[in-house]
Amino acid sequence: MDSNKKMTYDLIIIGSGPAGLTASIYASRYNLNNLVFGKKIGGTIGLAYKVENYPGFRSIPGLDLMAKIEEHSKDLGGQIVYDPVQKITKRGEPASPMSNRGEQDFIVYTLSGQTYQAKTIIVATGTERRTLGINGENEYLGKGVSYCTTCDAPFYKDKIVALVGGSDGAISGAVHAAEYAKKVYVIYRKNQLRAEPAWINEWKNIEVSGKGEAIYNTNIIEIKGDGQKITQVVLDTDYKNQKELVVDGVFIEIGGVPGTSLAQEMGIEMNDEHFIKVDKWMDTNIPGVFAAGDCTDFIYGFAQMITACGMGALAARSAYVYLRKEMAPQQRGI
Amino acid sequence: MAVLYLTDDNFEKETLNNKGIMLVDFWATWCPPCRMLGPIIEEVAKETGDKYKIGKVDVDQANETASKHSIMSVPTMIIFKDGQEVDRLVGARPKEEIIETLEKYNK
Repeated sequence: MDSNKKMTYDLIIIGSGPAGLTASIYASRYNLNNLVFGKKIGGTIGLAYKVENYPGFRSIPGLDLMAKIEEHSKDLGGQIVYDPVQKITKRGEPASPMSNRGEQDFIVYTLSGQTYQAKTIIVATGTERRTLGINGENEYLGKGVSYCTTCDAPFYKDKIVALVGGSDGAISGAVHAAEYAKKVYVIYRKNQLRAEPAWINEWKNIEVSGKGEAIYNTNIIEIKGDGQKITQVVLDTDYKNQKELVVDGVFIEIGGVPGTSLAQEMGIEMNDEHFIKVDKWMDTNIPGVFAAGDCTDFIYGFAQMITACGMGALAARSAYVYLRKEMAPQQRGI
Repeated sequence: MAVLYLTDDNFEKETLNNKGIMLVDFWATWCPPCRMLGPIIEEVAKETGDKYKIGKVDVDQANETASKHSIMSVPTMIIFKDGQEVDRLVGARPKEEIIETLEKYNK
């Protein structure tokens, strides 16, 4: 990476999920020299056991779909580095009506101590798993508590599991867990699941078979165990006259909180829930910095792979337009 | 040191009878974060040289070992000191954090 340290990229993309890699594909086709930093292979969708609403793929594991997208972006010249970004700083000022050529660079610092420079940045850092924040959750992580059904459902063959949440991620996870477990409870704080009807239909079949039970308007308030593994969960509402439910595992799929601490330090404007504010072209308040995907406030509440890809494409296009404006007038053909 | 691929047959000999610090990564082919962690484990092995013994257990291939060590989540990294478990890290971690954890037990 030493040779990379010296050069200035046209674009550095932070995040290797659908938004970040689509941005890289578009950027490469705009001839922008781009580099992607990843923390998790495939982002959130990489953890999905099946994706069934991405056009062109009837049913495909999330990680396989992301591997195809990663291959696509690399094939076009995008480079992906799995080294978490710790800090981004700005040097110089962007172009203004007074000086038509900007002298702005962004410096990206990674965990391994490397630094990289770029003319533009796309923040596509997605979300981090939301936790319940209850007693026993941390203590039993890896001893019955899991945030990844795709990873851990196979460990619960013929066991009883609870799945917390009502979204696509939760219900598809419950369907996956039911392939192994003898009983799956879905515990949801609202009175109606909010997953796609297609997933709900699959779940209903599991309920009809007697293997699945949904418990609505209910929260888990404590996870109990014997020190080695989970034994039961405590509910805030009685279920079949009981406050406690005997389970071997708890899968927590309650969405994400935006991974925007980097953006915050850079002074990027965010909404009250810490999602990055973007306009319809994925511009942030900082010239030369764009954002895309689940970490933005764009179409908030509909975090889909295809919308993330769309935002990645828009952000790359905006970076391209921005860089063209940054060039000297004769290069723009004025 | 090269990463050792451990099975139910050689786990005890290589791990529990080992003197010094050893890291064992329990992983599975179907698990996305395990695929992320794989190359990181290789890098840890390369960077730390002979200081630590490093092994990998495919839980599908070594059922007995995985269940004996109560693996309920992958990836899980267990750190052994003189054959005794002293720590476990659940989930993929950056290289720096893994090395730091190993260093802690090397004192």
